[in-house]
Amino acid sequence: MTQSILTDIKKAAKKSLKAREDELANTQKQLEILSGDLFANGELPFFKDKIAASGQFPLKPKKLEVLQINVGYMCNQVCAHCHVDAGPDRQEIMTRETMQQCLEVIRNTGAHTLDLTGGAPEMNPDFRWFVEEASKAGIQDFIVRSNLTIIMANKKYHDLPEFFKKHNVHVVSSMPHYTRGKTDKQRGDGVFYKSIKALQMLNQVGYGMPNSDLRLDLVYNPSGAFLPTDQSAMERDFKKALKEDFDIDFHNLFAITNLPISRFLDYLIASDNYEDYMYSLVEAYNPAAVENVMCTNTISVSWDGWLYDCDFNQMLDLKVASKVKHIKDYNDDVLSNREIIISQHCYGCTAGAGSSCQGTVA
Amino acid sequence: MANSYYDPADLRKFGNITEWSEELGKKFFDYYGKVFEEGALSAREKSLIALAVAHVVKCPYCIDAYTKDGLQRGITKEEMMEAVHAGAAIESGASLVHGVQMMNKYDKLSM
Repeated sequence: MTQSILTDIKKAAKKSLKAREDELANTQKQLEILSGDLFANGELPFFKDKIAASGQFPLKPKKLEVLQINVGYMCNQVCAHCHVDAGPDRQEIMTRETMQQCLEVIRNTGAHTLDLTGGAPEMNPDFRWFVEEASKAGIQDFIVRSNLTIIMANKKYHDLPEFFKKHNVHVVSSMPHYTRGKTDKQRGDGVFYKSIKALQMLNQVGYGMPNSDLRLDLVYNPSGAFLPTDQSAMERDFKKALKEDFDIDFHNLFAITNLPISRFLDYLIASDNYEDYMYSLVEAYNPAAVENVMCTNTISVSWDGWLYDCDFNQMLDLKVASKVKHIKDYNDDVLSNREIIISQHCYGCTAGAGSSCQGTVA
Repeated sequence: MANSYYDPADLRKFGNITEWSEELGKKFFDYYGKVFEEGALSAREKSLIALAVAHVVKCPYCIDAYTKDGLQRGITKEEMMEAVHAGAAIESGASLVHGVQMMNKYDKLSM
């Protein structure tokens, strides 16, 4: 990639695609690209045909285990790979009324995991109220996906580690690499040291320490047009480097594949990597990963209460194929009969050892 | 036919060599896969060795493949460049050590 393309992408990445009025902010346009010539000409197989070949079409949900709620697209960062197209300019924020509807479901669902995401979920003005209420529901595993730098972004967030501890929240945080260069390139200048500081603050209150019940896991996304490899080897490298260089402890590393949608798709096209990336995903297709792909045990809820098979389908505006489409009408039985909506971005979750919000699946 | 000896897209077709000689192709890829598994050396270390050798044998396909492999393994660009230098140092050393032969011959022929 030439330096000028890199500079352009970096400059552009200070705003969301939506704020830039980029054509890729239109989800229909993204879906057209994902079904474009590369697949339509038969060069690569459509995801549907690929899973049909291993007898796995149509994809149907299994027992609901994870309720993932996106409380808004506002974020203090504008990461180059963000599939949410999140940023400070995004105004979509979940209201307390929608949160009430979510709580109703949280209290009655059999899901063992509640997973709050964003944007930076902490930027929702009702975030703390929601966490307090949700933590009373007795869910086994209560995850908040925190980008780390939010803890350092403003004084009012400095006590988040204590707040998370009080409500026994499981913190899952993004950390693209254990060196500064790669982290800042993907997530913005200064992000690395702020993230390090935030991890140290979490360690201080007990998060991530060996034998601690306060779970702190890290998420690794590749910072470029390549796939993650061996999650356990990466975890070993991260643990060694973060301990030696910064005395940081954490529990597990989740390696997550970047899906070719939104800002990452924009990057792939601008850097002339789209075709190669799709080849890599298709070549790495693993039917065993399809078996446990996260859309089969997850429901994703958007800031305005709509239901999706996963967070990626949410960002492509592909609502569940069910009579029940909104959290206010939530019904386990009706939803469990749906077919999961798929397109070529799904190859991202079935490559290699598979990928989900909880890391590898195969 | 392509009008160039090297086409990046050909790397994807590497597996096709098996079509014209199934037995040998299969044996090669089994061997290749086994070599790069975790062993007494980690897969990460072997990836860096492969990158260094790729430069010494000047194989553009291998350079593409092992740069990408290194990125996937979280190998840094500093580590990659050091590996390339290790390969280059051996390669230039291999030329220079022949300088001893030149010196020997020179001395033998000179009065």
